[in-house]
Amino acid sequence: MAQKNGLEIRHLTSAIIDVADIAVRPGVPVALVGRSGSGKSSLMRAIVDLDRNEGEVLLHGVSRSGMSAPLWRRTVVYIPAEPGWWGERVGDHLAGPDSTETRAALGLDHIPPDQPIDRLSTGERQRLALALGFARQPEALLLDEPTAALDETSRDLVEALLDPMIAAGLVLMMATHDPEQARRLGLQKLEITGGRIRGTP
Amino acid sequence: MTIDPGNGAVMLAAIFLILNAGLSLALQLGFVRSMFVAALRMTVQLALVGLVLEVVLTSASAWLTFGVMGFMAAVAGYEIMARQERRFAGLWGYGLGATTMLLGSAIVTVFALTIQIGPDPWYAPRYAIPLFGMMLGNAMTGVALGLNALTGEVTARRRGIEAHLLTGATRWQAMTPAMRRAATAGMVPVINAMTATGVVSLPGMMTGQILAGADPTQAVRYQLMVMFLIAGATGLGLIVAVMGGVIRLTDNRHRIRLDRLRGS
Repeated sequence: MAQKNGLEIRHLTSAIIDVADIAVRPGVPVALVGRSGSGKSSLMRAIVDLDRNEGEVLLHGVSRSGMSAPLWRRTVVYIPAEPGWWGERVGDHLAGPDSTETRAALGLDHIPPDQPIDRLSTGERQRLALALGFARQPEALLLDEPTAALDETSRDLVEALLDPMIAAGLVLMMATHDPEQARRLGLQKLEITGGRIRGTP
Repeated sequence: MTIDPGNGAVMLAAIFLILNAGLSLALQLGFVRSMFVAALRMTVQLALVGLVLEVVLTSASAWLTFGVMGFMAAVAGYEIMARQERRFAGLWGYGLGATTMLLGSAIVTVFALTIQIGPDPWYAPRYAIPLFGMMLGNAMTGVALGLNALTGEVTARRRGIEAHLLTGATRWQAMTPAMRRAATAGMVPVINAMTATGVVSLPGMMTGQILAGADPTQAVRYQLMVMFLIAGATGLGLIVAVMGGVIRLTDNRHRIRLDRLRGS
């Protein structure tokens, strides 16, 4: 069993980002901050290997290079700011781990599986993506502005779900524009500018 | 029994084009020029093909036969590439469509010639060239439509496919809906043709045979065989083309690689 070192980026470069020596420790969540276009999403996409990139990334001491990409993405879960959908209906996306509880916790239990995705509101789609991601009980979670499309009530529901996960040792990196949210969740600030990171935690 | 239409009779049929041109001019429909250019092209192309076929058929040379078939395949391959809204960069742009179309057509043509029809030699140009041409024409359409649908789907639905990949799906799982749409798009013309054949339309080949004096039952048998072969060649070329397209549009880290399309 490897040590619980969290997510370690030895170095990581892509067309947009160039970062080195970053670590996100279990239970010590990180707020990835920076202006739009500074590379927040690109960094997260590179970590989960969705864009072409070079570099070494480890989770709890295990390098992703020794892992198949599907297995890596089941271990390190990335939820984009604008989630995508491959099926037409809500039910098409429920094949993974049982998400009944997390969907209920985010106030989505009234939505039937045969509901077309494009009939959901932006906020409902965002919450559904989060509920499905949380249900997968990831060891590491990369959230890209998870509450930007949500009202305060929904935002509080999301944070209420995240709190115990962080306390239980979740490795969390979260892009956010909201300093108050960072304070509430106890996030350590990690600033990204022009695809590069200063002030490593 | 056969009535050979003379050159005069052929020219007379063109009279309706002039009638169409008159109507088009009067109603300002604007297809006069393109119609005449197309009619002229067809006349020149067919006249040339007639000449070439006559030479090839009388010579019965293997080199000449395979040379003509190679030329046909090269042109059809170019046509597939020209029909792509988004084509693969580099050699793949021509290679993927041309090879898969050729693969499906060649396997089916050789099968038909050696096992079903059995001319001597098996590549006798009178059988090989028309048969190969029909396979090629249909496989070309199927592969072109299929590849076009595949690259269009993956470009348009990239976010959804990536969302699927992010759940830990493999590239084949995530690409299945796009593959299904591409395969359907490529097979539709053949399926429609089989559905309508004999009810809505009499196929051109069969009509030609009957006009040329063949027994209708024999013409029907030939047509059935050719339609099965066409469906086989199209399906084979299309499936391999779509699989190859998926392999090229993704990589072994299960990422979408739209950068392998030209201009993206």
